Amino acid sequence: MSRSVLLRGGRVIDPSQSFDQIADVLIIGEKIEAMGARVGNDAAGRDGLETIDCSGTVVSPGFVDVHCHLREPGREEVETIASGARAAAAGGFTAVCAMPNTDPVTDNQAAVGFISRQASRADAARVYPIGAISLGQRGEALAEFGEMVAAGAVAVSDDGKPVVSAHLMRTALEYARTFGIPVADHCEEPTLAHGGAMNEGIVSARLGLKGIPSEAEEIMAIRDILLARRTGGHVHLCHMSTRGSVELIRWGKDRHINVTAEVCPHHISLTEDAVEGYDTNAKMNPPLRTADDVAALQEAVRDGTIDLIATDHAPHHYDEKEREFANAPNGIIGLETALAVNITWLVAPGIIDLPVLIERMSCAPARVFKLPGGTLRRGADADVTVFDPSASWVVEPARFKTKGRNTPYAGKTLQGRATCTIVGGRVIHRSDA
Amino acid sequence: MTLSLGKDLLGLEPLSGDQIKLILDTAEPFKEISERVIKKVPTLRGATIVNLFFEASTRTRISFEFAEKRLSADTVNVASTGSSVSKGETLVDTARNLEAMRIDMVVIRHGASGAARFLADRIESNVINAGDGTHEHPTQGLLDLLTLRDHFKTLEGIKVCIVGDVLHSRVARSNIWGLTKMGAQVGVCGPRSLLPNAIDEMGVTVFSRVEEAIEWADALNILRLQLERMTAGYIPSQREYNRVFGISRERLDRAKRDILILHPGPMNRGVEIDSDVADGPFSVILDQVTNGVAVRMAVLYLLSGGKPELAEAAKKAGGER
Repeated sequence: MSRSVLLRGGRVIDPSQSFDQIADVLIIGEKIEAMGARVGNDAAGRDGLETIDCSGTVVSPGFVDVHCHLREPGREEVETIASGARAAAAGGFTAVCAMPNTDPVTDNQAAVGFISRQASRADAARVYPIGAISLGQRGEALAEFGEMVAAGAVAVSDDGKPVVSAHLMRTALEYARTFGIPVADHCEEPTLAHGGAMNEGIVSARLGLKGIPSEAEEIMAIRDILLARRTGGHVHLCHMSTRGSVELIRWGKDRHINVTAEVCPHHISLTEDAVEGYDTNAKMNPPLRTADDVAALQEAVRDGTIDLIATDHAPHHYDEKEREFANAPNGIIGLETALAVNITWLVAPGIIDLPVLIERMSCAPARVFKLPGGTLRRGADADVTVFDPSASWVVEPARFKTKGRNTPYAGKTLQGRATCTIVGGRVIHRSDA
Repeated sequence: MTLSLGKDLLGLEPLSGDQIKLILDTAEPFKEISERVIKKVPTLRGATIVNLFFEASTRTRISFEFAEKRLSADTVNVASTGSSVSKGETLVDTARNLEAMRIDMVVIRHGASGAARFLADRIESNVINAGDGTHEHPTQGLLDLLTLRDHFKTLEGIKVCIVGDVLHSRVARSNIWGLTKMGAQVGVCGPRSLLPNAIDEMGVTVFSRVEEAIEWADALNILRLQLERMTAGYIPSQREYNRVFGISRERLDRAKRDILILHPGPMNRGVEIDSDVADGPFSVILDQVTNGVAVRMAVLYLLSGGKPELAEAAKKAGGER
């Protein structure tokens, strides 16, 4: 007799089936068995049925994060695959993709296999490895995409660094076509961005910090879009942060170029003003931009120019952030705040509704990276997130599952919280919101 | 309610015009102390001050040290070389260790913008910013204001143009905030590649050509041109900089009136300023240095909790020794 779980009486939203109504979801074993208003009554009395009351909450396909940094191997004191996978589960993510800028770099099949093995031991959210584009992320020679894909890699990226050589980016896009994987690029023109610590503008001028102009991102974004047009390869643009980038992506999509793009929760919620007082938890790359950029990104999430939301979860040790702004590392944690930030800044103000949010956090990431999940169809893996979209809570980093504490949302009251996360039919996270 | 500066002096941007005026007014009685045979008053007797210099400095460090000693404070100088800083100790650990020795004030010079603020947020001692990266150098700004006020009798309405590498200049930022808050008009002039992109939003008039700036200004504050700006590709050469932006006697003579010349030092003679200008009759460059000590005495005094109205009395008490 396989284990079964009944998610009863929630608002079930599955954009992959255009489904949005009060219903029950029945999971048998590792798969979705049924979804509908009468499923609960029919299943009642089943042996070993675990019923979870979902009234007042939303039941959705599990969230998928295509961009996070889990720091293992190399910086296990900052995060491990296990702690990252638990943080993901607590944030409502059933699957995450781990970027390859580890130490050593995840640029070969053995390294990719190591991440998959650590992930299965973690017994939390699924972790899919992303392999490096270039050996050692040095931007010189291509890594072995084929062997990495065979070992479980779902994409390639040199994230953390841009692919500086246009030639290498071109060949990566061409070569990746054989394996049907996206090439995810961190768009940053290095000579323009060199030494920059925040967005270039009035705040950087006042604070005396070297700025990173929007063009550093946009120049690489359009280069990648043009190379995708040339090669027919799939380019995925990571963490877009400017209005100009949105316009360039729109230009590419209008011409049916194979480009997809992501935005991070911090770039649709915060502006460069957060750097005021030299708060190193507001330091990330790309940097927080202006209110005008935030508005453009929010609109792009709404209209689909930006396909999906990804966290760029980047834990750092406390000591590393506790220093002079220019010398502090880039990045913030995001797995446990993403849902709430997105609800607080996108859903609550009415920019998008919950079905669109779920599309951008679950269906689209699964589709773009060709991952299982992102649907509650009968027979699909039972990766399900239950969340309370109205629960308000105060961000207390010390209570997080991630080892990182570096978040600009500390102390803020946010709205929306995952109450139950199910991976392959197993409940891996429960909370009472 | 008596006006005060709060715990720290981190920049001129956060100060009000009244607070800046308070410092300048408080500096007045302190000027005279440095003119005495025995240049010392007991105002800060028993106070311990650490001068924490992570960047090389001659003028500012010595000026602070004189200001401290003339107020009878006990001072310790810590430089980045030959201290635990060179062994990789973090800024916050250095500061906490110093504070554990029960000090009262820290004067900090550091290469990173925001370093003074970082320290001030983490220790209880008063923190004085002696220059943080390309952010602010408030005591330099104050001594520039005092020198200008000495000459023009008021700052209200005077036209001051800052000439040179505004992008990388903490002196420029402190001048812009200090001068605008005191009612002066501020111009900036330099190669566009050395002006912040957002300069227009800082309440200043931008001059592309130095001839126009000279035509407009009552005073020029001429910034030092760092050699690194050429290697980093901001401008082609010192020679061309001198030709296009250098302040020469010839250029000044074309102006209809006398123009006061300031420079925060150290000067590159023949680059941003010609020697006959630096040493000319309208140069107040050495007055700036003299005023620097008085302004720093005023800041130390006010931050230590000294009542502005007692500054005169403090001076008298010293005079009776």
